[in-house]
Amino acid sequence: MTQYDIVVIGGGPAGLAAAVEARKQGVHSILVIERDRELGGILQQCIHNGFGLRVFNEELTGPEYAERFIDELETMGIEYLLDTMVLEITKERQIIISNAAKGIQVIKAKAVILAMGCRERTRGALAIPGYRPAGVFNAGTAQRYINVEGYMVGKRVVILGSGDIGLIMARRMTLEGAQVLAVAEIMPFSGGLTRNIVQCLDDYNIPLMLSHTITAIKGRDRVEGVVIQKVDHKMQPIPGTEIEYKCDTILLSVGLIPENELSRKAGIAIDSVTNGPVVDSNMETTAPGIFACGNVVHVHDLVDFVTEESRHAGNAAAKYVLADACTDHKGMVICTKAETGVGYIVPQQINVDSIEEKVALFMRVRNVYHNASLSVKLGGVEIKRVRHRHLAPGEMARIDVDKKLFEGMQAEMTVSVVLEEGKA
Amino acid sequence: MYDIAIIGAGVIGSAVARELSRYALNIVILERGNDVAVGTTKANSAIVHAGYDAPATSLKGKMNVKGNAMYDEVCKALDVPFKRVGSLVVAQNDEEVETLESLLENGKVLGVPGLEILSGDTVRMREPNLNKAIKAALYAPTAGIVEPWELAIAYCENAMDNGATLKLNFEVTGIDRKTNGFEIHSKDETVSASTVINAAGIYADAVYSMVTTSHFKIKPRRGQYYLLDKEANGLVNHVIFPCPSKLGKGILVAPTIDGNVLVGPDSQDLTPFDKEATNTTGDRLQYIRETAAAICEVVPYKLNITTFAGLRAEPSTGDFIIEESTEVKNFINVAGIKSPGLSSAPAIAERVVSIYLDINPETAANPTFNPIRRPRVKFADMTIEAKQAVIEKDPRYGRIICRCEMISEGEIIDAIHRNAGGRTLNGIKRRVRPGAGRCQGGFCGPRVMEILTRELSLKMTDIKQEGLESYILTGKTKRGDKDDAI
Amino acid sequence: MTREMVCIVCPMGCRLTVTATEDDTGLSVIGNQCKRGEAYAIEEMTNPTRMLPTTMVIRGGLLKRLPVRTEKPIPKELIFEAMKKIDDVIVEAPIKRGEVVISNLLGTGVNVIASRSMKHI
Repeated sequence: MTQYDIVVIGGGPAGLAAAVEARKQGVHSILVIERDRELGGILQQCIHNGFGLRVFNEELTGPEYAERFIDELETMGIEYLLDTMVLEITKERQIIISNAAKGIQVIKAKAVILAMGCRERTRGALAIPGYRPAGVFNAGTAQRYINVEGYMVGKRVVILGSGDIGLIMARRMTLEGAQVLAVAEIMPFSGGLTRNIVQCLDDYNIPLMLSHTITAIKGRDRVEGVVIQKVDHKMQPIPGTEIEYKCDTILLSVGLIPENELSRKAGIAIDSVTNGPVVDSNMETTAPGIFACGNVVHVHDLVDFVTEESRHAGNAAAKYVLADACTDHKGMVICTKAETGVGYIVPQQINVDSIEEKVALFMRVRNVYHNASLSVKLGGVEIKRVRHRHLAPGEMARIDVDKKLFEGMQAEMTVSVVLEEGKA
Repeated sequence: MYDIAIIGAGVIGSAVARELSRYALNIVILERGNDVAVGTTKANSAIVHAGYDAPATSLKGKMNVKGNAMYDEVCKALDVPFKRVGSLVVAQNDEEVETLESLLENGKVLGVPGLEILSGDTVRMREPNLNKAIKAALYAPTAGIVEPWELAIAYCENAMDNGATLKLNFEVTGIDRKTNGFEIHSKDETVSASTVINAAGIYADAVYSMVTTSHFKIKPRRGQYYLLDKEANGLVNHVIFPCPSKLGKGILVAPTIDGNVLVGPDSQDLTPFDKEATNTTGDRLQYIRETAAAICEVVPYKLNITTFAGLRAEPSTGDFIIEESTEVKNFINVAGIKSPGLSSAPAIAERVVSIYLDINPETAANPTFNPIRRPRVKFADMTIEAKQAVIEKDPRYGRIICRCEMISEGEIIDAIHRNAGGRTLNGIKRRVRPGAGRCQGGFCGPRVMEILTRELSLKMTDIKQEGLESYILTGKTKRGDKDDAI
Repeated sequence: MTREMVCIVCPMGCRLTVTATEDDTGLSVIGNQCKRGEAYAIEEMTNPTRMLPTTMVIRGGLLKRLPVRTEKPIPKELIFEAMKKIDDVIVEAPIKRGEVVISNLLGTGVNVIASRSMKHI
């Protein structure tokens, strides 16, 4: 059986940053396992710019951002396997992998970092009625065909969902000669970044239809059309608002789901809101020595945040390995809980003893708010309030809480949205 | 000149072909689709019914009980997974309890083994997720689950292994009666055969009308379904039916052989012009959720991975039609095979063989007939040692293409090159399941396409999802790329 | 002349209204909550530019397409013409990230560069 100090599952942005950071902290025996034919993960197909403003202070494309980390990993001589699938992880940190070169291998790790990323929600998850013709693509799958394989997926396109991938693909397909007829979004607001709405839709006169959804898909063999309908405040289609578009392609950009089949099989607790592992402030899951970072924990909208979170996980995993105690004792733990207006908080637990100065809480709000505050409470008493001019579900919020505000107090920490007085 | 032309490569046509391949006959199977098993066979409840509900005097009733009993042997020979999980018909009130008793009686007359009425408490003990109001249930231990298309594909493959010919995209446009048989036409080809077996599913009436005035009509009756992720596995352990009504067996909740959960079907009569209407509709899907809630309130629809619809071939006669035409000699109809058609398939095939042998008593046995279909590697289900062994022989089994279902490249390649092999994305999905899981091919789709192009010497833009018109890619990006080889 | 636009400088998404001043010598911006918003609006009105990330045909590499981008933003109205130009160029692996694949795109003075490296195989 092969042995490593740290095994990282996934060679995308999360796994790369975690591995590099663990090496910087002095761990030498590290293996990164990647299922695709090269490192970089989804960034390799995200050829648009907009990455790296926080981490590198410049605007990069996805492949550029990935390559900086790949270069660093190569320079450090960190081992990695490509075209390799992890079949199973156990709580005891035994990893079973498979590839064509060496077949099945069993690897033992002192610490594991889960960085498997996420997958796209599909048509089935929405149960969109209609036929099941060719031409219905997840936006990310279409992105791979177009940007990496070099094939077009259609000529007349309707996009469902205004998440960033959908918006980016609206522009991309337009540039490659397709006609994008509309982007329908079931919510009354877009889940994408404003700059993407402006630069990907407005620039090309592509209409964004808020509070609209697809209610039928036409065409038996290949998509021939879609019916789009307005929805009411309960998101139910309103009769009489049907508009039919003749198109050959439908792209779905309707959400991402952390990819946690391996985590579940290992018996790691999963948060039912994030669909990712429950983690503490060291990004350690409920299985001792198994850490997690990036989109496998919760879906991020900026890769820069993934990098920061993954460096944190890599650092914590390194400490865990180097302490050589591999202790399961976490000391004092404070749980976090999302309250009014907040969807979730990561981490779900704060291990007070291992916090140095402050803990970063990441969260998503449930609605769009202007001039509202996020209120952090400990045992019902407000310990911090942060005012925001703008809060939206599409933009992850972060609050740093100083250790001295909660040290020595065993109580639940909550975050809620507080509206300015006189406004609802 | 073929001895026999079978029209339709659904589970019935394929089963008939395989059983007839036991004889020294030159058989051709004509399928209008771009693959076998793409009609009713690919969209139904995937259940081998015990057989207590059809009238004891009906052909359906007899074929079901007999077919069910044949399943173990057939599935073993053809390497098709089959599990007798048993079924429960649940009664919500006293009136329905009476229905259970009459079903039990009917089942006894038909010879269904092991039927028993269970108390509400016993039912809840075995099925903790069912509703508390359930008063009793009819338990049928012989009911089973199987992938219908997998059975059809296996039957067809084994028929071809034993000499049968398959012609895909052969939509029969006309049949001419000749002195020594029939000429069967498609838009680009004609084949001749001494005997025609009409297993054309919902089009069986149209096909029969090509040789005489059909005394039966086939009406499409649509049923829609939800298919839930394997994470829902264990929601129910048996096939759970409500009490049957005039419209059929009702909306069931059932495990599938692959570990998913199936909810459906509704039952909606369509016009004879709607034989292609395999679309789902919002109102009917909503109705299924509401109706299924009477059995199980906790179905996790957020785990839905796909919805689909199938068309049952509802005959105007009310029963299976399995007979030589009284008008046209050597023309055998196997029509109106609605539920329990899948359950009856092995028995129906046997019955068709005996009809053929009655007409052609001189038929000799096929001396090289081999009933065994070469087993396929099921990587995900194997032990580590077995996986290692198969990869050592062929490293392509070590490369995982579909992460949701853990399907290896080796399995996909094997599925392409077998008889009745898969040549489309859906064809590969039906045979080895990449794309059948929770990501629905989002990850593995491009990789399966690449394997198909390599193994079949096709271009990426040639690959179809299902039918000939179901192209996936529309061309290359970049006008500058003139390389036609890829 | 008046134009409405959404500011993309930060996530606030201010709705800006840009109007030509009465003497027609300048532009006035309202709706912005910061100076950067005003500058963005005036730039959008006078000389809108965009970065252009796309792909190019590559031969001899692991993939058939190479991601590329303009080194700097180019005038917005040249985007489609630029796409046509880039479509017709074929590069050979190996290539290094940042390597110029088209220089002085359409006379703009802006180069197109490879946005990843690709080895020859």
